[in-house]
Amino acid sequence: MPQTVTEAQVVDGGSASKPQRIIKLGKTTDDSDKKSANRRVKDVELCVPIVYGTIAFYLGRKASESQSHKWTVYVRGATNEDLGAVIKHVVFQLHPSFNNPTRVVESPPFELSECGWGEFEIGISLFFHSDVCDKKLDLFHFLKLYPEDESGPQSTKKPVVMESYNEIVFPEPSECFFARVQNHPAIHVPRLPAGFSLPAPAPVENMNDRGRGDTKDHPLSQWFMNFSEADELLKLASARQQVQAHIVKLRRELSVTDGMLQPLKPASSYECI
Amino acid sequence: MDAKDILGLPKTPLSITQEKKSRPQKDSQRKPDGISREVYALTGGVAPLMPSIDVSQLKRRPPSDEKITWQWLPFTSSARKDNLQLYHWARDYSFAKYNKSVDVIRYTDEEYEKHLTDPKWTKEETDQLFDLCERFDLRFIIIADRFPTPRTVEELKDRYYSVSRTILVARAPSPGEVAGHPLVKEPYNVTQEIERKRALSMVLSQTKHQERKDAEVLAEAKRIAESRMAARAAEEPDLPIASDIGPESAERAVGPGDTISPSNVQVPAPAAAPSTSLRVYLRTYALEQMVQAASSSAGLRTIKRVEQTLQDLEVNLKPKVPTKAVCAEHLELRKEILTLLNLQKQLQYKEAEGSSFRDGSYGDMPGSAKRSQRAADQDRTFVLDTISFGVIPGDRGVKREQKRKGPGRASETSSSPAGAHKRPRKMKASDL
Repeated sequence: MPQTVTEAQVVDGGSASKPQRIIKLGKTTDDSDKKSANRRVKDVELCVPIVYGTIAFYLGRKASESQSHKWTVYVRGATNEDLGAVIKHVVFQLHPSFNNPTRVVESPPFELSECGWGEFEIGISLFFHSDVCDKKLDLFHFLKLYPEDESGPQSTKKPVVMESYNEIVFPEPSECFFARVQNHPAIHVPRLPAGFSLPAPAPVENMNDRGRGDTKDHPLSQWFMNFSEADELLKLASARQQVQAHIVKLRRELSVTDGMLQPLKPASSYECI
Repeated sequence: MDAKDILGLPKTPLSITQEKKSRPQKDSQRKPDGISREVYALTGGVAPLMPSIDVSQLKRRPPSDEKITWQWLPFTSSARKDNLQLYHWARDYSFAKYNKSVDVIRYTDEEYEKHLTDPKWTKEETDQLFDLCERFDLRFIIIADRFPTPRTVEELKDRYYSVSRTILVARAPSPGEVAGHPLVKEPYNVTQEIERKRALSMVLSQTKHQERKDAEVLAEAKRIAESRMAARAAEEPDLPIASDIGPESAERAVGPGDTISPSNVQVPAPAAAPSTSLRVYLRTYALEQMVQAASSSAGLRTIKRVEQTLQDLEVNLKPKVPTKAVCAEHLELRKEILTLLNLQKQLQYKEAEGSSFRDGSYGDMPGSAKRSQRAADQDRTFVLDTISFGVIPGDRGVKREQKRKGPGRASETSSSPAGAHKRPRKMKASDL
């Protein structure tokens, strides 16, 4: 039963005295949905980790001069969740030698398979839902068909996999988007500041009417790479430590030299550490 | 080398002698060995084998496009005393086509009486004006100059165009027929013309200072207009929606604590602003921007050294898993490396300063050898785990160790710059 708007109290974040947004809504109506599309959730940014890339199989005996490989280009959630709540459709721009090189994929899983022989750069344009972002986001990925080590014949069983990890950041998302994806596994919602009370989350709609849009049981999922930030963080932390240690050393040496350049009495120039 | 030589075929005696004859001739024509073709060409070199311009082509004229007509014309000779008139074919005057003139409409006296009388103009003046117009092809500057009574160009133009217009309309069988004529369609507007010329002269006579000010104001206006356009474009999708809730929002605006006026809710400016300033982005892109910003003060060589250091530390130049935390760490690491390199540079300068105080210390062989090695070391900071950042002196014959064993050993330090023959100790990783 739609609630009348007058019962809802919305204090706009625009007024300077109230840094937090306090939103109390009952059942959301269409009207207030549209209204909340105008408003933005301040001091919050949503993050969607994605992986995009290509997997290419050599066709072996079935290969012909012009079609030696079968490859798939795709954009998936980094944890293989459904991206349909965020992305409306994806446009893959292929090499002009393909028929209709502009391929539109309307629903998740956002992927495209083709046969060919050449390596080229694929343009991937992400188009978001209207309450998410009105501008497209462009990615580029180079299709790799041939493995690094050219030793021996190509295997038809083991594909050439090239994946890139990235994160799409949505600063100050619209209220509507925020409410929709609050509990969605594909979207990373940061820890919210204290006092933040959220609207009642809308049930996660399946915006893909063709069935599931996640890639958890995707036929190619066995080839998906694992991206763990732990390794990288460890390496970075250790590197930083080393650098910091050297900085300390240098600073000390500099102060010693500074002392050196001025005439000193013999006794006082000794520095024993 | 002849192909026949390669194939081992016998040459005919005739061809051999021919080759002998032609070859010396050809050789003298060919460039000498030992220098490149281009260098030989600089000296004048060998004449080109083919003439670049065909001399016979030069005298030819391009084929003319226009139709050439001939006329059978009479002529006389000034040398003859009798007035003999002969005829001959003569070409058309080729410049005749450029002799254009304006069709100035001439009125009859009756027409003048009927339509064209004007308090400010006498008939005589109007006649004179039209004579001059025809004579000078509507060049009003000249006409104004030659006009007997003083009149401005605008006045003359006004009189001419209004008279012509009136005559045209009067002579036309119906007004519709002349409606397309440019004189009828666009009447001469005196005041507008005067204004326009005044404005033009003002612009032309502006000083540099004024020009700059104008440019600034225009730029500012453009910026404001653009930001307004952007705000309006962002609001566009919101506007149709906002209009639905117009009456309700008016109700709410009356509610307590709500500072928004009804007009504001219709045009949600605070909501629109964030959408234009904050865009959705990829984290790697943001990282790149921040890295660039951080190294904006560094030269290309420094940036290369930072990247080399990262590689030595086994860190990816671009993170493989660019999460928020990873990107933050990466950025901090880069900044710290920059600091490190700056400190190294400072240290080098200090050393150079210090060593310039010494006399005759540059010829020291062991010192210089170690100096160059250390310089190479400093370029690759993290080659070995123990790094020696030596303060390089130019003193003589001091035994110095590159690597130290045992912590806490104070090295010999010198007492003063002048006459010092020892250097302060080098800091080692083991010292810390």
